[in-house]
Amino acid sequence: MNSEQVIEVRGLTKKFGSLTAVNNLDLNVYRGDVFGFLGPNGAGKSTTIRMLLSLIKPTSGEMKIFGKSIEKDRKEIFPKIGAIVEKPDFYLYLSAYKNLEILGKLSGADVSKKKIMSMLEMVGLDKRYKSKVKTFSHGMKQRLGLAQALIHDPELIILDEPTTGLDPQGMKEIRDLIIYLSREKGKTIFLSSHILHEVELISTRMIIINKGTTQVEGTVEELLASDKVKVTFEVDRVEEALGIINETSWQKEFKSTSKNEINFELAKEEIPALNKFLIEKGFSVSAIVPVRSLEDYFLKITEGGLK
Amino acid sequence: MMTLVYIELQKMFKKWRTYIGIIAIGLLTVIIQVSLYFTGKEIINHQMRGIEESFLMVGNLFNGYFISRMILTLLVIHIPFLVVLVGGDLLAGEATAGTYRMLLTRPVSRLQVITAKFISGFIYVVVLIFWMAFISLGVSLIIFGSGPLLSVGSGIIIFAENDIMWRFLCAYGYAIISMTTVIFISIIFSSLVQNAIGPIVSTMAVIIVFLILSAIPVDFLQGLKPYLFTSHLGQWNNFFSDEIDYKEVFESAGILLAHIAVLYAVTAYIFIKKDILS
Repeated sequence: MNSEQVIEVRGLTKKFGSLTAVNNLDLNVYRGDVFGFLGPNGAGKSTTIRMLLSLIKPTSGEMKIFGKSIEKDRKEIFPKIGAIVEKPDFYLYLSAYKNLEILGKLSGADVSKKKIMSMLEMVGLDKRYKSKVKTFSHGMKQRLGLAQALIHDPELIILDEPTTGLDPQGMKEIRDLIIYLSREKGKTIFLSSHILHEVELISTRMIIINKGTTQVEGTVEELLASDKVKVTFEVDRVEEALGIINETSWQKEFKSTSKNEINFELAKEEIPALNKFLIEKGFSVSAIVPVRSLEDYFLKITEGGLK
Repeated sequence: MMTLVYIELQKMFKKWRTYIGIIAIGLLTVIIQVSLYFTGKEIINHQMRGIEESFLMVGNLFNGYFISRMILTLLVIHIPFLVVLVGGDLLAGEATAGTYRMLLTRPVSRLQVITAKFISGFIYVVVLIFWMAFISLGVSLIIFGSGPLLSVGSGIIIFAENDIMWRFLCAYGYAIISMTTVIFISIIFSSLVQNAIGPIVSTMAVIIVFLILSAIPVDFLQGLKPYLFTSHLGQWNNFFSDEIDYKEVFESAGILLAHIAVLYAVTAYIFIKKDILS
């Protein structure tokens, strides 16, 4: 992990009247991170992103991007940031080309025809460059949103739900593009997403927030390894196996059963021990399937199971 | 800043609503010109009745200047309705479309953005007044020819042909200040809401209420009249007086310019402090 902090947030709080949308949030994003920003609806993700992009003023707290204050050094920071905030909205009465030209110009980007067309080609909209954005589907706007976020070649890319509205092929293309931007171009990506599988696939580090406060923050591997794993054992003679398990301390780890499967919740190091136990008791274990995923972890965190 | 203004103007002139005012002024002017072409001489005769017996009238009184003056009188009170269509949409339109998020996450300050919006609004007013000047004065002079200007107010004044053009230019210049005040009012309302209808209706409501207040013959309300900006919108008419009261004209222009400055400052403050939630 690169130790250069790109985003540093300390004690960030935002109150709308009596509602506290973000409460004393801390956050660290390092150069080269693909940083997953997770939380259920209403957790304060969008409010946080809007504060990071100075669309909303925080009630209190400190935010630094590239080590500089967002308020004071805006003109130095913002040329290095590309962002999609929630759904991408454009000037509907202008063409895709004109929208990119305008937004690129405001970011100080090269807005030559060659550059704009190459950006449109990258997101698969080059053949519709003359079309007014009002004729675009949500997925096409999402692609154009990505193009406007990248047109000025930013160092930090903040993406709020970038694959919403895309078909599976489009989602994969965007995921591949994020991985390419991170690994090949060395960009730092701040990725807010509801699609946990997506975050699990591409993020290096992540934070889960709920009710405006940090629940956990760390690398994806660390966070997943720190908890018990759901494991399905496929065995013959399930009823008989259950009877034996109920007489042992493994009973505490048992969760459910179906057909020839018995589901447990185990620490990783307990899996071979349970396997050995079942084999020694004469059962045939045909498969051990860990079903532990970020989704389970996320649900546990946000439902208050951990922490 | 030049880039921002250029972009704002590009956005503005790509919108259909921007052309409503231009088309409306064009159509109304042509309708007035055509109808006066056929009936205008009767108006001149009516206004000159009784005078022609005492004075020897030389030259063409039914000319482009006369037509243009009539058009100015008829149209200038309606231009506020047209400029607020654009002014009301300048900020609220971004909120409605959700484009604030794209615009304000660029390396430009909010002060620059709002200043560009105001400059664009001002440019629109200038374009509209120039268009009115061209189509009413320019085209009327071509169709109806030149001559002395008959001006009917508290009395009948006839301005010599070489004493007219500067009066029109000053009147159009003053109209620009008046309409800039109006469009700036619509922009302040536009900064407060997320739909352009509200600012348009609110601005017109303010103008109508102020005009009604200043027209009620009650001492208290008449005392308020000098402080209402609507009392100063029509000073352009002073340029068609025999003796122009420059003190009154400059005072009114000063009051309107003060309104413009305060409206800009207050809107900028609101906009800079505003949370973008759309």
